[in-house]
Amino acid sequence: MEYLIIIISAVFVNNIVLSQFLGICPFLGVSNKVGTATGMSAAVVFVITLSTLVTYLLHYYVLVPLGIEFMMTIVFILVIAALVQMVEIILKKISPSLYQALGIFLPLITTNCTVLGVAINVVTKEFTFGGEAHLLNLGETVVYAASSAVGFGVAMILFAGIREQLELVGVPNAFKGIPIALITAGILAMAFMGFSGLV
Amino acid sequence: MSKLSIITNGIIKSNPTFILVLGMCPTLGTTTSAINGLGMGLATTFVLILSNVFISLFAKMIPDKVRIPSYIVIIASFVTVLQLLMQAYVPDLYASLGLFIPLIVVNCIILGRAEAFANKNTPGDSALDGIGIGLGFTIALTVIGLVRELLGSLSLFGFKLAEGDGILAFVLAPGAFLVLGYLMVIFRKLTSKKA
Repeated sequence: MEYLIIIISAVFVNNIVLSQFLGICPFLGVSNKVGTATGMSAAVVFVITLSTLVTYLLHYYVLVPLGIEFMMTIVFILVIAALVQMVEIILKKISPSLYQALGIFLPLITTNCTVLGVAINVVTKEFTFGGEAHLLNLGETVVYAASSAVGFGVAMILFAGIREQLELVGVPNAFKGIPIALITAGILAMAFMGFSGLV
Repeated sequence: MSKLSIITNGIIKSNPTFILVLGMCPTLGTTTSAINGLGMGLATTFVLILSNVFISLFAKMIPDKVRIPSYIVIIASFVTVLQLLMQAYVPDLYASLGLFIPLIVVNCIILGRAEAFANKNTPGDSALDGIGIGLGFTIALTVIGLVRELLGSLSLFGFKLAEGDGILAFVLAPGAFLVLGYLMVIFRKLTSKKA
């Protein structure tokens, strides 16, 4: 039950893109086509789940015992960058077809702030899923990370669908490109506000 | 390029927010009020100037293949310095900006300037570029914060201007996207006429 609350909360209510403003760059940059948006989302789900698991373990078994939690930012970003490289190399060897599909998105993910954002969030923020405020345990962390990433995917794919339609509409010159995309995102965010109070 | 034009270039011609459209996450996430926008802008400027100077100092020593990870380490170190400084001197602002302070590491403006300017210019010019781009970013964030604060809670820099509640949506997520979208249109109109 608790896991279900985490999933609904992370995917819809506190959607990582539309209510927490993380990962706006890929959200605006790679959302022209539903196909690319789906590829990017799949790569993000994979990387976020894996990197959050690794950084979580590193935080509690290395940084905390050594008393160097302030090094968090540096350590986490290095872990993420190394992990993305590793995933790229392993994927190339093991599953060339998956690499073909996700390959071009992987290098972009290092600078996607959702990855670092979720990794920092799970070790610093207290959540109130199912009762008292508490730091997440390992199981909750994995579920939260995966569902945050799925939330990113949902927003991305929905938005790409809207933008494909938007291409066909006449837009005033000054609004072309990013401004109209931002205004569309604003309306989408307003729609997602309807989920608040669900959990 | 003259010294002054390096600075004004960052504020108008390659304004990071309105023209280059970089660093969107903090732009949208922290501008709930003018003060937060200003704080976030200055924090980013601090990291940008220092990382620009250091990257331009070390540019010749860093092998080309590992330059991106090296830049990230340099930037992350300054972000950590900033985190500690802010926790010590402005804990309230640090708390209200929250997650977005460590996320300066992945702000594409900083890595972007390292690649586009700092690694092929002198440390002095790179510092000026950092000041210019940083100011452009700070001004943009403050303006967005002003508009959102005015519409959302009818106040400016925390001073209440009128009774009542304002339009709550402008403080929340949708307002961020809408205000930035419309401000970008206005900025484009103004600058395209000048050119």
